[in-house]
Amino acid sequence: MRLQIATRLALYAVLQLAADPRRQFAAAEIAARFGISVNHLAKVLRTLGRAGLVEALRGAGGGYRFRGNAKRVTLLDIVQLFEDVGRDGSKPDEPGAGSAEGQALQCVLHEIDDIARATLSSITIATMLKLMAEQPSGTTAQPDTRESVRATGARARRSS
Amino acid sequence: MTHQKAENSAPQELQGVRVRAAQGADLPSIVALDAENTGLQKAAYWKDRFEWYAGRLPDRFFLVAERDGTMLGFIVGEVRAWEFGSPPSGWIFAISVSSSARLHGLGTMLFDEICVRFRRAGVHHVRTMLAKDAHLLMSFFRSLGMMGGPFIQLEKRLEP
Repeated sequence: MRLQIATRLALYAVLQLAADPRRQFAAAEIAARFGISVNHLAKVLRTLGRAGLVEALRGAGGGYRFRGNAKRVTLLDIVQLFEDVGRDGSKPDEPGAGSAEGQALQCVLHEIDDIARATLSSITIATMLKLMAEQPSGTTAQPDTRESVRATGARARRSS
Repeated sequence: MTHQKAENSAPQELQGVRVRAAQGADLPSIVALDAENTGLQKAAYWKDRFEWYAGRLPDRFFLVAERDGTMLGFIVGEVRAWEFGSPPSGWIFAISVSSSARLHGLGTMLFDEICVRFRRAGVHHVRTMLAKDAHLLMSFFRSLGMMGGPFIQLEKRLEP
């Protein structure tokens, strides 16, 4: 399963904000951490703000803050703000959709979609934060991935 | 004893809660608690399950959580081996927590206690199975670190 870029940015942003809900993060800070475009992230944060999941605080020291309930907000709540989950996107009027082949394929795709929805709707932000803490890299997000790649490359060159 | 250790480190809401093996006198409270949560009275079912799981066999566990004689929750499981080609593992078949005792970690306490007993029985995995639309229960188990496992359930409607 692949998520659209906006969806991934939203998940990264929410996870970073929820990991430290008392702190405000500037969009540029989050963008730098994940190596992503500030403009793209700003659009994503606006969508999250309209959904009541993040709060934008203006003025000096302003930024974004998580304002949901980490034990209640699920991955599905966030993902479906940006894309249809659990709907394979095929329409009844698509070529072949009414054929036995099309209907049989639809049955299989529905099964996959059901499992995807059940999985995403059962994982809360709090659970994700626990999962993050169990990752070898620790509790925080990876630093700017471009920097990571460069650093890894430098280490590899040094060790070779 | 394990439940004492859990009690000592428990939040204030769980002070005085004791997890122990179910006894015959618990059966009416078990039936009542299940009925409170499912809306169905299943006295015969629970009598049968009690006889199966609470028979003091070393790999079957029927645990209850109580405080001052009041039943607050229960959990049921056993070690099963080689079904579906699976090496021995712990299976949780039922968990129920009184609505008055939720959100304080009682379900986690029951889960932790049965996992201690599974470990003592020599198994390294704990499993359960859930309805795909049981979002809250699935979220609960996921919050405890449970993930999708190596098995998938299949079924077929039997035509008359």
